[in-house]
Amino acid sequence: MFFPWQQCFLSVAVPIILFPPHGKRSTKFSGYCHVQIQDLSLPNGTPVDTSSPASSSSLLNRLQLDDDLDGETRDLFVTVDDPKKHICTMETYITYRVTTKTTRAEFDLPEYSVRRRYQDFDWLRNKLEESQPTHLIPPLPEKFVMKGVVDRFSEEFVETRRKALDKFLKRIADHPVLSFNEHFNVFLTAKDLNAYKKQGMALLSKMGESVKYVTGGYKLRSRPLEFAAIGDYLDTFVLKLGTIDRIAQRIIKEELEYLVELREYGPVYSTWGGLEVELAEPLEGVSACIGNCCTALEELSDDMTEDFLPVLREYILYSESMKNVLKKRDQVQAEYEAKLEAVALKKEDRPKVPAEVEKCQDRVECFNADLKADMERWQNNKRQDFRQLLMGMADKNIQYYEKCLMAWESIIPLLQDKPETK
Amino acid sequence: MERPEAEPLGASDSCQAGEAEPGTGLAEEEPGGGAAGTMMEDCLSKKIEITVSEAEKRTGRNAMNMQETYTAYLIETRAVESQTEGQCSPPDSLWRRYSEFELLRNYLLVNYPHIVVPPLPEKRAEFVWHKLSADNMDPDFVERRRIGLENFLIRVASHPIICQNKIFYSFLTQEGGWKEMVNETGFQLKADSRLKALNATFRVKNPDKRFTELKHYSDELQSVISHLLRVRARVADRLYGVYKVHGNYGRVFSEWSAIEKEMGDGLQSAGHHMDVYAASIDDILEEEEHYADQLKEYLFYAEALRAVCRKHELMQYDLEMAAQDLASKKQQCEELATGTLRTFSLKGMTSKLFGQETPEQREGKIKVLEEQIHEGEEQLKSKNVEGREFVKSAWTDIERFKEQKNQDLKEALINYAVMQISMCKKGIQVWTNAKECFSKM
Repeated sequence: MFFPWQQCFLSVAVPIILFPPHGKRSTKFSGYCHVQIQDLSLPNGTPVDTSSPASSSSLLNRLQLDDDLDGETRDLFVTVDDPKKHICTMETYITYRVTTKTTRAEFDLPEYSVRRRYQDFDWLRNKLEESQPTHLIPPLPEKFVMKGVVDRFSEEFVETRRKALDKFLKRIADHPVLSFNEHFNVFLTAKDLNAYKKQGMALLSKMGESVKYVTGGYKLRSRPLEFAAIGDYLDTFVLKLGTIDRIAQRIIKEELEYLVELREYGPVYSTWGGLEVELAEPLEGVSACIGNCCTALEELSDDMTEDFLPVLREYILYSESMKNVLKKRDQVQAEYEAKLEAVALKKEDRPKVPAEVEKCQDRVECFNADLKADMERWQNNKRQDFRQLLMGMADKNIQYYEKCLMAWESIIPLLQDKPETK
Repeated sequence: MERPEAEPLGASDSCQAGEAEPGTGLAEEEPGGGAAGTMMEDCLSKKIEITVSEAEKRTGRNAMNMQETYTAYLIETRAVESQTEGQCSPPDSLWRRYSEFELLRNYLLVNYPHIVVPPLPEKRAEFVWHKLSADNMDPDFVERRRIGLENFLIRVASHPIICQNKIFYSFLTQEGGWKEMVNETGFQLKADSRLKALNATFRVKNPDKRFTELKHYSDELQSVISHLLRVRARVADRLYGVYKVHGNYGRVFSEWSAIEKEMGDGLQSAGHHMDVYAASIDDILEEEEHYADQLKEYLFYAEALRAVCRKHELMQYDLEMAAQDLASKKQQCEELATGTLRTFSLKGMTSKLFGQETPEQREGKIKVLEEQIHEGEEQLKSKNVEGREFVKSAWTDIERFKEQKNQDLKEALINYAVMQISMCKKGIQVWTNAKECFSKM
């Protein structure tokens, strides 16, 4: 499924004040910025005109990003499909085909097709977390699967995973900052990812290093209201999702137990039909009808297991990782406040704030800006995702009842049939 | 129609016309079974309308002068003509308790052994799924029993033969002294002992094949309907669970909506629909109980069928025994007359050892035996006639019963399908409503 893309370029990575955008739509940004430390180039490979490090005032020039991108403005499309099993001497594993179509200059070719396994996705996510610590990185489906409990190679499991991996990459591709990440680019394009991985292991990204926060146990004075609110929201949100997950699981369990009984119920009508003469056909009809309902019920609970539960769990993981990012943000702010206080205590004559402290302030403000922008994106996506998820759940139930309705309605004429008419 | 093969050789078949036993109602039967429709014209149910309209808890003293609680049922009867004339004449009514219904039925069983007597609703609640109470005093159980008792009375009143029974009529109309009247008929004494019946079942040699088949059928019918009712109860239980758990969505959606801005309304209203969904199962399953009751009636009807088969076996066994007895007496007589000892007998041995009988003694014995043989032949004749009459009238009623059964069960299945359809439509409605709420999120 590829959208028609157009020759439009977006300089996504930097605030509008530095690079005005081309293209049909003027896109605006809500203050995305990078944690810029003066001399270093940005990890995403985008050449940036490093004028004075964005001071707080310029960063405060916020413009809204129109997040409702439709096909016209998208220029990067990623799909995960075609799972294949690989049997090697050491291990057996699944790879997925990752297809990319793009008009972006950062890519040498307009199309790519590579094969990746779960490990590779995991690697990508870690790299993104390292290199873009101020952003929310979408979650991956759960890594560990208990052998013996779930069949890692069953069609249902692989399909569920594939969908989640597809979503993961799409979310990154849709993100105005993450989609330009160097590692993401390599992930999508490199023939031999392992070689790149090994290379990357040796030198840690300098950006990553600089952004590794000293968790010196700085105590946060006051959390800005909006982040406190987000934190509270996430806490409750995760709880509610957990409850919904448990309810959904319980429903599936009850449905399966109901199915077990139905499977015994239907055939008894058939047995009875064997005893009768005139009632044989009607009883057999009822038996077959119940059988059809069993099939429909099985489909319903399978759908719920494969489509509904994984998405719920994904959002729980998403929320957990968001809370981690919020904690990091708190740490950055705490460090800044501590350093600021240290300076103030020195009571020196210098009116100017030392560069180091200014760096911290920048960090804080960039983080806040990135996070806030990501939160808004997340809220919007969450709303759409849940609307789709819950409508899907309602739909599946409607389809189940429609199948049963059809089955019962079709045997009414059979039951009403008079023997003389036969 | 096969004749029971136990007719001993030489027995005369001259008695064709049946001398009916008094009180069995056979004399009132119209010949040539079949079209129950024409007989229905005479049925009591066409003349009076019977309802069991109320149930009431009572306390009283039982036979041992101990206090007990029981339920009494109000039986109302109204002449049909008075209805059609537009008058609303007040019904005659009286109260009866379950044990009186049982007494009535036992009376009918004894006096109409060739009839498939309609069964009573169950004495104790069986095949319950967990939400249903097994308590006899539970209002839902009492209500369903009330309906079952009404159904029983209507069935009896609609039966061309038993509806004419006086005791039945008194049951409906005579409040006081009915129990005494029934007991005075001494019907309990006429009842066949269970042991005797069991014995006959095992030992009978030549029962009518149709009855043997019918016996197997009713055993299998009992078995399959019991199984069906048991599984249905489990199905109901599970379905209840599925629906009720959805109610939890209502609460959590409500709580979740509190922290959401745009999504809040959609969630909240969807949650309400989930509550509606969870609540809907109570009515659905209550309706299904009526279906279960219809099945139960035929479960118990199977027992009534069995009873008719048992009676046949008993009569047939009786006949075979009488024939056997007669045959052995004839043989004895012959032996005495000719002096030859065909079979070993103790008497024969002792008389050999201790001396022969005198000719006078022998003459005496022969005379006694000849009398007995004569009596026995008469008895055998009438037993044969009885047996054939029984088979004929029983089979007529069985055919009538089969028609009724097929019709009733077909209707029950249709009703069941209609219930399922209604349940599916409700489900579609609720989820469609929920989907719309979700779409507004």
